[in-house]
Amino acid sequence: MTRSMNIAAAIPHPIRLAQLPRLKPGTVAGVDWHALSEPEGRRLRELGLDEGVEVEMLHHSGFLGRGPVACRIGRMTVALRRHVAAAIHVSPNP
Amino acid sequence: MNQAPLVALVGNPNAGKSALFNALTGARQKVGNYPGVTVERHAGRMALPDGRPVELLDLPGAYSLDPSSPDEQVTRDVLVGRQAGERLPDAIITVVDASNLDNHLRFTLQLIALGLPIIVALNMVDLAERDGLVLDPEALERELGVPVVPTVAVRKRGLETLKDRLGDVVRNVHTVRPGPGVQHDIVVLQRRARQIATAVTVSETAARRWTHRLDAIALHPVSGPVLLLGLMFVMFQAVFAWSEAPIGWIESLMAMLGGAIGDALPQGVLRSLLVDGVIAGVGAVVVFLPQILILFGFILVLEATGYMVRAAFLMDRVMASVGLSGRAFIPLLSSFACAVPGIMATRTISDEKDRLTTILIAPLMTCSARLPVYTIIIGALIPDRAILPGVGLQGLVLFALYVLGIIGAFVAALVLRRTVTKGATSGFMMEMPKYQMPRLRDVLLGLWQRAEIFLKRAGTIILLTTVVLWALLSFPKPPEGSGISKVDYSIAGRIGNGLQVLVAPIGFNRDIALALIPAMAAREVAVAAIGTVYAVDNPEDAAGEATIRENLRAHWTLPTALAFLMWFVFAPQCISTIAVTRRETNGWKWPAFMVSYLFVLAYVAAGITYWSAVALGL
Repeated sequence: MTRSMNIAAAIPHPIRLAQLPRLKPGTVAGVDWHALSEPEGRRLRELGLDEGVEVEMLHHSGFLGRGPVACRIGRMTVALRRHVAAAIHVSPNP
Repeated sequence: MNQAPLVALVGNPNAGKSALFNALTGARQKVGNYPGVTVERHAGRMALPDGRPVELLDLPGAYSLDPSSPDEQVTRDVLVGRQAGERLPDAIITVVDASNLDNHLRFTLQLIALGLPIIVALNMVDLAERDGLVLDPEALERELGVPVVPTVAVRKRGLETLKDRLGDVVRNVHTVRPGPGVQHDIVVLQRRARQIATAVTVSETAARRWTHRLDAIALHPVSGPVLLLGLMFVMFQAVFAWSEAPIGWIESLMAMLGGAIGDALPQGVLRSLLVDGVIAGVGAVVVFLPQILILFGFILVLEATGYMVRAAFLMDRVMASVGLSGRAFIPLLSSFACAVPGIMATRTISDEKDRLTTILIAPLMTCSARLPVYTIIIGALIPDRAILPGVGLQGLVLFALYVLGIIGAFVAALVLRRTVTKGATSGFMMEMPKYQMPRLRDVLLGLWQRAEIFLKRAGTIILLTTVVLWALLSFPKPPEGSGISKVDYSIAGRIGNGLQVLVAPIGFNRDIALALIPAMAAREVAVAAIGTVYAVDNPEDAAGEATIRENLRAHWTLPTALAFLMWFVFAPQCISTIAVTRRETNGWKWPAFMVSYLFVLAYVAAGITYWSAVALGL
């Protein structure tokens, strides 16, 4: 807990992953786990999403504007639906 | 009891587990099913360097020991010795992707904690190096406390060392260490995994990965869908164009076989059973094989390259609008060729309800076997005139039938997802694997296994039902010289006459009622069956296509024809589809449901069409 607060405090303005500009890496500051269903939360953790992990937006939408997003989590490329990407708070890397 | 030691191959999806399995066992594989679930059991034999045999079990890919799909459940249950029909493995080989250690090691840590003898195959070290990542396998071995062997499964590198060390591990099979207990807190495991990954990384350069460059095109909002559309177009062209010749060969082979047996045997029940029942039945099954193999060839290649997940990504938005996920796209697309491979392809959908919904709506996609029925009816009864320059009425009707099928499928999915297959959607959250060159051997092996499953399992059911249908059409025999047609006098004929009462309200005549029964064996038979009915009425007519067309014009009204077409859009599909649904859903409950809902849909749609057409004075 204290660790996550330190990370969040060190960087001023966390934004949502869904708003992170393309190809500008950021660091996960926190996740609204309660905004996600139980299986979604578990799968997200299993894909390695955690505070302090580096993420990068690769593609904002698949098709017709409201599709899922593709992002890099650590060394993996992962497809997420928008509401999931909106639940992840990210501090853009300086 | 002198059983060969059982070694389980375990790892995250996309770790290259199946490639390692293929490299270790070659073609000595057996594909089966675990009892009660649709999860496939892949097992194979391999020999250790000292000659001892080992049974290798390729378990479904999993992210952790807390299952979130039937596949992962099997993996967990086998590893704790709770899976029915499987003994507890004597050892584990866990496969990790060298360039994704911080994620894959988390599962490895859970597996080590199980206490079974274990070896880590540090796979795809070549791809990691290509990405500018240098690892220290010995440091990893020290950190984990278990043997670590660097491998490149697709190039067969490191396999001998892996077998050597497996030999050491299996030798001490009876000294199972008590495990420290499995840690289930993902966050704790994840942090430990990241620490280890950092500790064993010698150097890491930020080389821009190949995969990212390709994804810049494949996932792009404009070029992505264009590329997908192009690929699908090529795939469909191939399914129809390449299968034409082999289908012709199979048909002539069956005709030859039927002719030879027909000549060799005396006229009688046995000859009729063999020629009209067994050979016609087997032929009806085998004829699907070329299309299935071509379609699966494409699917396997797209899957092996890593493109399939990208296609699902692009289509997720459209699929989500009816409560499905992007994963349903490929099976539904395949169903335009034939629902049988389409339903088989739903195995890639991990969520059980998503998968079931996709299976239930797959028959609504207009399969290729319906095309001959559509073309002959349209050709006979829809006027051949242009409504716009370059747009003919006949072509428009054909297009409308396809679109109706798609709309029907989407509406059905929407309704099913809110009623019968209700439940929280698992969403769409997927790892996109790195692009890779597919290996011909793995693709061929996959094709061979698909063909075997189709011919063996579906084949037996299809054969059985075809024989039953033959019996219904052949018995009882009309008295000699009575002049009554064989079909009319048979049980099927009597059922047809009974059916006519039911289908009269939607404008179907007796001929159609009779044709509906054999059409259950295969769609395209409907045309031939109607031809037979008219041939029986006027024996001097040859039952050629032109004659059928003449007869249709003489006996059918336009409302009847339209109702018949509508029936074919929605009615439950051939016996093969029902058989494959039974197999893929492990029971008769879902095929029964599918057949009933489609019958109701077809009846209502045909009825509405008939009466609207009559009211409009068509």
